[in-house]
Amino acid sequence: MEKEKIISILEEVMDPEIPVLSIADLGILRGVEILENEIRVTVTPTYSGCPAMDTIQEDIRSILLKNGFDKVKINLVLSPAWTSEWMTDSGREKLEAFGIAAPALNHSCTMAGTGTDEPGHCPLCHSENIEMISRFGSTACKALYRCLDCREPFDYFKCH
Amino acid sequence: MLSAYLIQLADNALILGHRNSEWTGHGPVLEQDIALSNIALDLIGQSRNLYQLAASRMNTLSPEKEPVTEDDLAYLREAPDFKNVVLLEQPNGDWAKTILRQFYFSRFQLLQFRDLLNSKDADLAAIAEKSIKEIRYHVKWSSEWVCRLGDGTTESHTRMLNALEELNPLVAELFTTTDYELAAATGGWGTDPASLQPDWLQAVNATLQTATLPLYRDEKKPALLLSGKNGFHSEHLGFILAEMQFLQRAYPGCDW
Ligand SMILES: [Zn+2]
Repeated sequence: MEKEKIISILEEVMDPEIPVLSIADLGILRGVEILENEIRVTVTPTYSGCPAMDTIQEDIRSILLKNGFDKVKINLVLSPAWTSEWMTDSGREKLEAFGIAAPALNHSCTMAGTGTDEPGHCPLCHSENIEMISRFGSTACKALYRCLDCREPFDYFKCH
Repeated sequence: MLSAYLIQLADNALILGHRNSEWTGHGPVLEQDIALSNIALDLIGQSRNLYQLAASRMNTLSPEKEPVTEDDLAYLREAPDFKNVVLLEQPNGDWAKTILRQFYFSRFQLLQFRDLLNSKDADLAAIAEKSIKEIRYHVKWSSEWVCRLGDGTTESHTRMLNALEELNPLVAELFTTTDYELAAATGGWGTDPASLQPDWLQAVNATLQTATLPLYRDEKKPALLLSGKNGFHSEHLGFILAEMQFLQRAYPGCDW
């Protein structure tokens, strides 16, 4: 089916700041609609000021164009607001393999859970003996931690 | 009235975002430089969403006029057209002053956007829903810093006392209701800031107490001559705009 084909094409659009995660892995690709004379792709930003959003929209357009779809409308929605709970399981695995700790699940910041916004373990050696260095890491979506066993600093993809 | 209300919300976010961005490359340590730069990004992102919404409402209301864009609103208005509170245009000063301003504002913005989740304007409610997660994190970060500095060394405590003395007289404006805020509250799309003051006082004073700092008292001070929300700004806003708007005014429509 055409729609499935388009979705699988879009699964190749990577987050420019975390190049191992696709927009589908991140959960920011919210839908694809095939209308009479255009394709409508719905995406939602992770953070209001996410600087990757413009690049992501351009990448969506160019990859669809490369595959012969030239009438594309990108619909940016804010509600329901993106949550880190929407990251897929395979996205979480890829993130950890890349050296970034995956967001805790069921955290209270998502309004439903009661857990804490802490990485479970060091993504490098899996030690649980870790401490926070800073609430903000290299981008708005990450915090900075260090492992007290292997002594390596690492990024943590925050709950949101 | 709706566009004035939206522009007020947007101007607050933009001007504080711009002030915070002035710390980029100048933070006391790299991690905190990055923290404040990220908060700046969140705020500027929120202001973009609000300006876009204001522009679309303005264009719907006046279809006969040349359509306005978010960039027109941010880059081509003069100081008296800006509606941000005077608190947010103050120079950064030292780290203590920057932290206290962020803490006061984030605490306020959290309550304001909590109410806006129920706005009759679905697009404004969506912006609130998006922003409030970011604001919660700003509250957490800035509260921790207020405690760290207040309950820190003699030097950091003294600096916080100075910051309180400088910024406290500017707080009342946050809770002073303007005509357009009253109209927004009555119309069901906005919130009356005066109604947020009791919750704000309680939350702020709980943190100030932990930080071993004097509590904020809502003294009935003589009314400020300045009212940023009504376009009467301190001299500082003009300097911000001179820097922020230079490129768009010198090279109209410039893109990079
Ligand atoms: Zn480790």
